[in-house]
Amino acid sequence: MTVPSPQADQAGRPPLLDIRDLRTHFDTPDGTVRSVDGVSYRLEARETLGIVGESGCGKSVTALSVLRLLPTPPARFAGGEIRFQGTDLLGLSEREMRRIRGNRISMIFQEPMTSLNPVLTVGRQIAEAVTLHQKIGRRQAWQRAVEMLRLVQIADPERRAGEYPHQMSGGMRQRVMIALALACHPDLLIADEPTTALDVTIQAQILELLRDLQAKLGMGIVMITHDLGVVAECCDRVVVMYAGRKVEEASVADLFERPLHPYTRALMASMPSLQGRGGRLAEIPGMVPAPQELGTGCAFAPRCPLATERCRRETPDFTGAATGHGVACFEAAPARHQPVVLHRHAGARP
Amino acid sequence: MIPPMIAPTSPQAEPQPNPRRTATPSAPPLLEVSDLTKHFLVGGKAGRGRAGGVKAVDGVSFALDRGETLSLVGESGCGKTTTGKSVLRLIEPTAGSVRLEGEELLGLAPSRMRSHRRDMQIIFQDPYASLNPRLSAAEIVAEPMRNFADPAWRGPGALRDRLAWLFAKVGLRPEAMAKLPGEFSGGQRQRLGIARALALKPKLIVCDEPVSALDVSVQAQVVNLLMDLQAEFGLSYLFVAHDLAVVRHISHRVAVMYLGRIVEIAECERLFTDPQHPYTRMLLSAAPIPAPGARTTRVLPIGDPPSALNPPAGCRFHPRCPMARPICRETAPPLIPHGSATGGAHRVACHLVS
Repeated sequence: MTVPSPQADQAGRPPLLDIRDLRTHFDTPDGTVRSVDGVSYRLEARETLGIVGESGCGKSVTALSVLRLLPTPPARFAGGEIRFQGTDLLGLSEREMRRIRGNRISMIFQEPMTSLNPVLTVGRQIAEAVTLHQKIGRRQAWQRAVEMLRLVQIADPERRAGEYPHQMSGGMRQRVMIALALACHPDLLIADEPTTALDVTIQAQILELLRDLQAKLGMGIVMITHDLGVVAECCDRVVVMYAGRKVEEASVADLFERPLHPYTRALMASMPSLQGRGGRLAEIPGMVPAPQELGTGCAFAPRCPLATERCRRETPDFTGAATGHGVACFEAAPARHQPVVLHRHAGARP
Repeated sequence: MIPPMIAPTSPQAEPQPNPRRTATPSAPPLLEVSDLTKHFLVGGKAGRGRAGGVKAVDGVSFALDRGETLSLVGESGCGKTTTGKSVLRLIEPTAGSVRLEGEELLGLAPSRMRSHRRDMQIIFQDPYASLNPRLSAAEIVAEPMRNFADPAWRGPGALRDRLAWLFAKVGLRPEAMAKLPGEFSGGQRQRLGIARALALKPKLIVCDEPVSALDVSVQAQVVNLLMDLQAEFGLSYLFVAHDLAVVRHISHRVAVMYLGRIVEIAECERLFTDPQHPYTRMLLSAAPIPAPGARTTRVLPIGDPPSALNPPAGCRFHPRCPMARPICRETAPPLIPHGSATGGAHRVACHLVS
């Protein structure tokens, strides 16, 4: 079962992105690593879905699976579907996939310096992406590149288009990446930690830019991040992942108001607050398990204060999806009736 | 290649633009930095190697008391890390004064400097790059103790006892001693780095972005550990960081840096609740708040930070400041006390703040 999105299309059109029970495994000499193990989520046009989790939780592998950017082998799609506007991307040929990549689905990465070609001008890189997918002359493509640079608010775009990535600051390079990703007006943009390498001032500018561009161009955005602050500021809904699985999904307001999964709650409590010098932070004991170390039962059980025998034996199903706020936890249900003691950010800032 | 350009200021010389923080006359602060300056020479043949070069740190003054945490915050390139490393002389400062317990460190001969090294340690940002991958955890932590003999750890038995004590202090199991850095997680490696820094019973630890490479759930463990160790041993931290939430949690005082200079310094709570400099306000307003709908308005600085190679004249923030006036383009504002209630502890460098 998938989660019905609050923005579900009335006319019965298929959702923009519909991932169902995706399982992306890696075959390694040490055995199979189940990096993504049964993840489902949906996204509509004009919606921003946040995917939150720590390193190794499978959030990036899910995104790379959508674009089929993982080398197979060692990666292997062990199950599930990735439906993009109704078409299962896992069933497409590489040739068909290439027509979608960079055209209807684009991705921006964390480190713009390593994802741009250092020996081509940025204008040429953007123009190349356009000519690859559209029948358009060189001069027009260059014009489009300049337009895109203007759209992402780069000052003096005519001159900047002729510059190389190393001549630009980190924030400007990330703007170039966004211009490159949006050059063909994709329907879906996957942003993998787009602001993690940037200063907070630049981060705020880039997030604002993405919001503006979404309002203008109407694409759906999957925002992969580890920063709950970024989620709170720019997402509509959130999926929390842990060790290759979705452990909670809710609207942003719901998630911050009533986090249900012990992991989500602990994550929120462990963050230092901008609202005052505190005593000790609430620690989550232990560390994120390596995917190859996963045994039976709930992956969070070894670190969970609520864990019971059952949690260590069985893996909890994802329940409550129909309400729009689902969780994969045996012990989360009673929490709905309890005040959320771990949560420290309920109060709005004056 | 580049000869050190040490110009130790004479003891009488008062730091010019930044009058010293009013310390209690009886006990001098543990660390006193005045007019610290670090210029990097840039460009070779291209002719850009003009005198001065990049003014990475340009006249920074502050004091740090025993048991206190002072954070340096600012955007990348503002000189916060260079300041931290210059204090330890891991980067040789160009000019200025660094006093540890009253004794001037700049210009000390290497042999004299060495005796102070054990009092001043550093924890690095990247726990993957700062540990020798071929040494066992025990060897990494023991190395400083082998370099600096002390009755407390002379002899193999005493050294082993101290190692066991240090590992326990930072929350590593005794079995971890035989492991190589590659076998640890990021959080455990950072604990190892902390154990190494603690080994010589230092008074001052420069923490250079110690938690920014860690996962959120592990970050809290390391922040708690640093605060526990400070409470137990009375350590002073010079905490270099960009995560304002962590800074607010851990600091007693905070200094905001912009292009090599301190633009505002204040007691932590005051800086976050009553920021005065336009740049501080913008920096605080840029930080995302993990509470949906909490942020209604946000004022951001215009554009990117300018290059330190060619900093703007006058107030260095003026090209990005929406409130800049003609005077800001001409004269650099001094860092002067703001408000009478703080006893001079809150200092701001802005023409528009009275």
